[in-house]
Amino acid sequence: MTRLSSAFSKGRPVIAAFVTGGDPTPGDTPAILDALVAGGADVIELGMPFTDPMADGPAIQLGNLRSLGAGTTTADLFEIAKGFRLRHPDVPLVLMGYANPMIRRGSEWFAVQCTKAGVDGVICVDLPPEEDEDLGPALRASGIDLIRLATPTTDALRLPVVLDGASGFIYYVSVAGITGLQQATSDSIADAVARLKAATSLPIVVGFGIRTPEQAANVSTVADGVAVGTAIVELVGEYGAKAVGPVRDYVASLRRAMDAASKENVA
Amino acid sequence: MRLPNSLRTGPDERGHFGQFGGRYVAETLMPLILDLERHYEAAKADPSFAAQFDDLLEHYVGRPSPLYFAERMTEELGGAKIYFKRDELNHTGAHKINNCIGQILLAMRMGKTRIIAETGAGQHGVATATVAARFGLPCTIFMGARDIERQQPNVFRMKLLGADVHSVESGSRTLKDAMNEALRYWVANVHDTFYIIGTAAGPHPYPELVRDFQSVIGREARQQILQREGRLPDLLVAAIGGGSNAIGLFHPFLDDASVQMLGVEAAGHGLDKDHAASLAGGSPGVLHGNKTYLLQDEDGQITEAHSISAGLDYPGIGPEHSWLHEIGRVRYESATDTEALEAFKLLCRLEGIIPALEPSHAIAAVMRVAPKMAKDEIIVANLCGRGDKDIFTVAEALGVTI
Repeated sequence: MTRLSSAFSKGRPVIAAFVTGGDPTPGDTPAILDALVAGGADVIELGMPFTDPMADGPAIQLGNLRSLGAGTTTADLFEIAKGFRLRHPDVPLVLMGYANPMIRRGSEWFAVQCTKAGVDGVICVDLPPEEDEDLGPALRASGIDLIRLATPTTDALRLPVVLDGASGFIYYVSVAGITGLQQATSDSIADAVARLKAATSLPIVVGFGIRTPEQAANVSTVADGVAVGTAIVELVGEYGAKAVGPVRDYVASLRRAMDAASKENVA
Repeated sequence: MRLPNSLRTGPDERGHFGQFGGRYVAETLMPLILDLERHYEAAKADPSFAAQFDDLLEHYVGRPSPLYFAERMTEELGGAKIYFKRDELNHTGAHKINNCIGQILLAMRMGKTRIIAETGAGQHGVATATVAARFGLPCTIFMGARDIERQQPNVFRMKLLGADVHSVESGSRTLKDAMNEALRYWVANVHDTFYIIGTAAGPHPYPELVRDFQSVIGREARQQILQREGRLPDLLVAAIGGGSNAIGLFHPFLDDASVQMLGVEAAGHGLDKDHAASLAGGSPGVLHGNKTYLLQDEDGQITEAHSISAGLDYPGIGPEHSWLHEIGRVRYESATDTEALEAFKLLCRLEGIIPALEPSHAIAAVMRVAPKMAKDEIIVANLCGRGDKDIFTVAEALGVTI
C-alpha cells in the first residue's frame, strides 16, 4: 500500500493541505509543513512556485512571488521534500504546480528527483492527459502518482480521458475558475462527486473555494477529502515566518469540524 | 496525416508542429478548447464563413493592402529590389485586425456573447475593441499596468470604442501577465466568453486559426508580386514577437523552395543583455498553453523580455515558428532597439512612411541583407503596422520632448 492509499484508508475524510514551497523563504517552509501535519492534515501539497501561475487567484499568486523573490529554486523544493520525508515517514507528499518548472530538465530528471526526495504524487495544473505522454510514464515508472484533475466542465464524453491512467486520487476542482475566489454549492459538489464515483474507484478530493470549517465539513460528508490552499497561503502572507501557530490552528479547526460532521453522519 | 512534400499541413490533429504547440491548459479549459476546434473545423468547411470574412476584409478593413515598391530605399541600399506589404494601411493601422475579424465571426458562430483579449502595446486591444463594437458585443481588454502607463493613447482608443480596460497589477505588469489574467478570467467565464488571442500562440487551435486568418497577407503578396514581377520573391522578411504577421506572410510561400524567409526577433539592448529574442536566447518550454521557445532560467521560471517595441516585448514565440526554426525552413535573426530606430528614421525620410517599431525591426534586417543581394533579386518585407502609436517612444529614445 502506498502512503497515499494508506492516507485514504484511515476511515476519515482527508485534509489535503497546500502551501507554496519557499514562501516566505525556503527556510520557513519545513516548520510550516510540520504545522500542517500537527493540525491534522493527511496529505501535504507542496506548491512549486512559478512566475506565471495562470490557474491561481491573487493570494497564491502572491505566495509564488514571495517565494521566487526569496530566491527559491527547484533544488530547494526537493531539499524541503527530503527533509519532510525524514521527519514524517508516513505522510504522503504531493508536488503541485505548473508544467514548465517540472519538465525544464526533462521528465526523467524530474521523476528521479521526486523518487529521491520521497515524493508520492504530482499535480500538474496545465498538463491535461493529452499532453502528459512524457511526464506521465516517467512518474508512473518511478511509482509516483500523476494526479488528474476533473472540473465542472469535464463532461461525460471527456471523463474517460481524464480517468484513463489516473492514479492516487482524483482532484475535483469544484468551481470553473481560479483558486480562492468563488465557492460551489454543496448540492453541485455532491452531484459531481457522485458522477465521479460512478466512474472510478479512486478517492475523490474536492478543492478550490473551500475555506471555512463549515464548508470543509459539508464537503467531507460527500467526498473522500478536501483540499485547502488559499486560506493557508493567506496566513503565511499575513504572519510570514511566524505563521506556524496560525496555520496549525487553522488546519485543526477544519479537522474538528470534519470529525464532528463525520460522527453526526455515522449517528 | 502530414502530406509528403508540404510544410503547410501542420499542425497535426493534436495541435503539434513537431514537438511544439499542443494544449497545455487547465482541465477546466480543455472541453472549451476542444469545442473551439470543432467549431473552427466546421467554419473552415463552410463557404459562407469564408465569404463573410472576405467581405469584411474588403469593405471594413480595406484589403487587399498594396504591395509597394520602395524605389528610394532600394536605390539607397544598392542591392535587391525592396517591396513592402502595406498592412499598416489597414483599418486600425496594423495587421491585427485580420485575425480579430476571423475570431469574432467564430465567436458568434459559437453563440458566445462576451469578448476578452490581452494586449501589450494596445494594437490588438484596439483591433479587438473595434470588432466588438462593430458586432455589438461587450468586450474586456486585459492590459498590464505598466503598459497602460506607457500606451495611454491606445487605452483611450479602446475606451472610446466601448471596451472595458482591465489593469493587470500582477507579476511584471506587462503583456505576459495580461495574458495570464485573461486566461484566469476565461477559466471562470467559459460558458459565455470568447477569448480573442492576438498572436499565433496559445493552446491549439489558436496558433492554427490565427495563422489562417493572417495568411491573407501572404496570399495577397504572392498574387501581387507575380503580377508585378512575373515571379516569386527571393526573400521574405518580417518582425517576430509572437509572430502572427510573419507566419501570415510566410505560410503561403512555405512550399516555394526558391523563396527564402527571414524572421526578425527583437534584440532589445543586445542579445547578451535584456532582449525579447526567444529563439536566439531562449529554450523550449511550456507557457500560455503551448510548448515553444521561451525566455526562461534554468529552473523554468519565465524571465522578462525587453524591447523598445511593446508589441515584440513577449518572452515566447508562436509554436510554428519554433518548428520552422528547428527544421531550418526559416532563418531567424534579430535587430536591436538602436538598429530598429535607425530603420524607423530611414523609412520616414526615404519613403514618407512612418512605420511602427515592430516592422522597424524587419526593415533593419532588410538594411543588412539587401546590399548583399543582386539588383535583380526581390525582397518582400511586411510593414505590419504604422508608427503613430510610437511617436512618444521614439521621441524619448531620440531625446526629444514633445
